[in-house]
Amino acid sequence: MNDVISGSVGQVRPQTFQCSEPLPLKSGAVLPGFSLVYETYGKLNADASNAVLVCHALSGNHHVAGYYDAANREETTGWWDNLVGPGKPLDTNKFFVVGVNNLGGCYGSSGPNTVNPKTSRLYGADFPVVTVEDWVDAQALLANHLGVQCWAAVLGGSLGGMQATQWTLSFPERLRHAIVIASAPKLTAQNIAFNEVARQAILTDPDFHGGHYYEQGVVPARGLKLARMLGHITYLSDDQMAEKFGRSLKDGALKYSYDTDFQIESYLRYQGEKFSGYFDANTYLLTTKALDYFDPAAQAGGSLDAALAQAKADFLVVAFTTDWRFSPERSREIMTALVHNGRRVSYAEIDSVHGHDSFLLDDAQYHAVLRTYFDEVVL
Amino acid sequence: MNAKSAGKSVRLDLATLRADLDAIAQWIEPGERVLDLGCGDGSLLRRLMDEKQVIGYGIEKDPACVLACLKSGVNVIQVNLERGLAGFEDGAFDHVIMSLSLQMIQNTVGLLKELLRVGHEAVISFPNFGYYTHRQAILKGRMPVSESLPYQWFDTPNVRFFTIADFEALCAEQGIVIHEIIALDNGVRVHEDINFLADTAICRLGRA
Repeated sequence: MNDVISGSVGQVRPQTFQCSEPLPLKSGAVLPGFSLVYETYGKLNADASNAVLVCHALSGNHHVAGYYDAANREETTGWWDNLVGPGKPLDTNKFFVVGVNNLGGCYGSSGPNTVNPKTSRLYGADFPVVTVEDWVDAQALLANHLGVQCWAAVLGGSLGGMQATQWTLSFPERLRHAIVIASAPKLTAQNIAFNEVARQAILTDPDFHGGHYYEQGVVPARGLKLARMLGHITYLSDDQMAEKFGRSLKDGALKYSYDTDFQIESYLRYQGEKFSGYFDANTYLLTTKALDYFDPAAQAGGSLDAALAQAKADFLVVAFTTDWRFSPERSREIMTALVHNGRRVSYAEIDSVHGHDSFLLDDAQYHAVLRTYFDEVVL
Repeated sequence: MNAKSAGKSVRLDLATLRADLDAIAQWIEPGERVLDLGCGDGSLLRRLMDEKQVIGYGIEKDPACVLACLKSGVNVIQVNLERGLAGFEDGAFDHVIMSLSLQMIQNTVGLLKELLRVGHEAVISFPNFGYYTHRQAILKGRMPVSESLPYQWFDTPNVRFFTIADFEALCAEQGIVIHEIIALDNGVRVHEDINFLADTAICRLGRA
């Protein structure tokens, strides 16, 4: 009842878009049909000019804002609820906001843990490798279904920012603003290296069974846990980790064993454990590959300037000073390529101690930048 | 960093500021690509966008100014100028503008070279430390404080102190051509003995 005051979109329910048309994928494979789980917040206006698509990152999903269960509100709140809602920077009084779980996800959209219509068994490792381009193609079919010919904006952080960028290339006429946060025009070798270690952790888990672990009644939880622990280290800054954990001990004294001595060990184990309890290992593998493959410049002779020449949207690019996984330098590459093309672009470099994770937090300047930008979007 | 900064004291008098922007604007042709370094709240770019339909970008490091630019629909790029203009290709802009902020930059020569690398021409305005009231202040034994130099020595954002003659000498030494100089005294054009009579100079620069 206090939802308007508190800025929450309130209780929400996911919906499913079933597409029976075959979807050709970049790999050459074809998905015979697919479903996407999505949520919407706010109302689509009469001329469908106020729709905003929120693209998720590695472990995200369609549940962007609001909550599922009033009795269990905190645990069931969407992952970007601090940004999306009435009176929030992405104001649902003005915009119709759509969150979608991408193809290959593990939250109900077609993916490794859903049924392969050809075999009537779970896809497992047989789910085709999908790319950022494929995700955007599928999202465009969802846009058709929702009656959205042109998004007011597409936004996302990290891998989500790559999707926003890809939208401007795949469908330049179908969005007016792209908001690319803590992202990159392509991964660096170091970044691919982190993904490869994460994948190896999963692929070498004895419970992985070549990706068909569902049938064995097990999950490669140890591998997934390790992958998440590694990822987590890269999402935080050195300074922040030092400040938050330092060398503080979990139980007050060194144990001279391989049990958890330090708080940071305990924290990572907990985060890894929690993640491996709800996320799907095949989805993790597939999503890291989508990250690795993204490289629009490669298809334009290695020139990002040439690649972005197709883009027609106005851009807002945001980076965070202590983000070393998707560093400000990578965001500046996107910005300069857009400037060279004479596109409208603004670039905000936010002072934050929270590393890559900053894009999910509600830093005052960061949110003020997004709020101001969205306020200026003309419907 | 900029006297034009939103939310910061605009202690520079408005006549000088307006005359400075008028002079800069007259050198910009319609439809040009323009980069404004230290663009403050973006008012010059907004004006150039409205009056000359330029494709403009402002560089500004102050968070409040970034918001002010976004609010007025001006493209703003939040980077620190001391790092130069790495990433921008040679000749990316028709004009690179730097209004009343060169004196706040440490790396003077490096930045001037960068301006003329990324821009075909540069338009730079700066307060003239050789202005006669400033000389009088020094003769009386005090650092000058005036409408064009509105800061006390202990809280000034300025780090480089130079006259129009100093600037001309530096340009000659660095192979930078000064195509035109507009000199102002309290916003009024000065034609003679400008190093003595002008509080502000606006120069159109090019590569030799």
